[in-house]
Amino acid sequence: MTTQEIRWFWYASPQTFFPLAGSIARVAGVLAAVLAVAGLYIGLLVAPTDAQQGEAYRIIFIHVPAAWMSMFIYVVMAFWSAIGLAMNTRLSAMMARALAPTGALFTFIALWTGSLWGRPTWGTWWVWDARLTSELILLFLYFGFMALTASIDDRRRADRAGALLAIVGVVNIPIIYYSVQWWNTLHQGASVSFTKAPSMAAAMLTGMLLMALAFWMYSIAVAMVRVRCEIVEEGR
Amino acid sequence: MSEFFAMGGYAFYVWGSYGVTFALLALEVVFLLKRKREAKA
Repeated sequence: MTTQEIRWFWYASPQTFFPLAGSIARVAGVLAAVLAVAGLYIGLLVAPTDAQQGEAYRIIFIHVPAAWMSMFIYVVMAFWSAIGLAMNTRLSAMMARALAPTGALFTFIALWTGSLWGRPTWGTWWVWDARLTSELILLFLYFGFMALTASIDDRRRADRAGALLAIVGVVNIPIIYYSVQWWNTLHQGASVSFTKAPSMAAAMLTGMLLMALAFWMYSIAVAMVRVRCEIVEEGR
Repeated sequence: MSEFFAMGGYAFYVWGSYGVTFALLALEVVFLLKRKREAKA
């Protein structure tokens, strides 16, 4: 190995990553606060009242970004789990552990706000349809991952077991995403997708995207602080 | 102002969503900072 080679594994060492994680957490935390203020301003004060749902639709600015994050964080968690299994890098497993609680939190928020939105618009708090049920399964996958990694004393065995669970559970993500197309559900289809123009007013879309970015930055900040705790706690 | 907080009659649902969301996020930060202090990270 020559010194010219790119040092892919430089930041795979917990000790070298530790200060970088602190810097990322600070920047992401400030960005999250700024984006959240902008998103809340547009979502609550600028965006017009919805013609059909009145003001109840304003739950969208929390509900959709939280639901996106719940799925995205799971994919990232499964990605780091897979890297950890393949490369046997300790930091990868720590990243997966650092992401799980925040992912579970956003899953709960998506379910909670969905319930509060469903009551006035559908007439029910909960229904066992494909979208809601698969999102509930996602919450249990997060809980399962956290319980499993916490219940095995041998750190490496715990991380391997958790990684397997995270990787197997990733099949649930496309099921959540496509559930509204594959099954006849009460939940509406996607208002924003990669393949067609968004079907909503510009201010609504802007507010939703700002809140999504805010949640994204928040997740990065929290995960980076938590991974620093993991590094210190494992070092003892 | 009171019209804003009334949310067209949907105050319970809208503020119930926003309130619980930001309360939970704040709680996560509080617990994390406590863990950070104890770990001295």
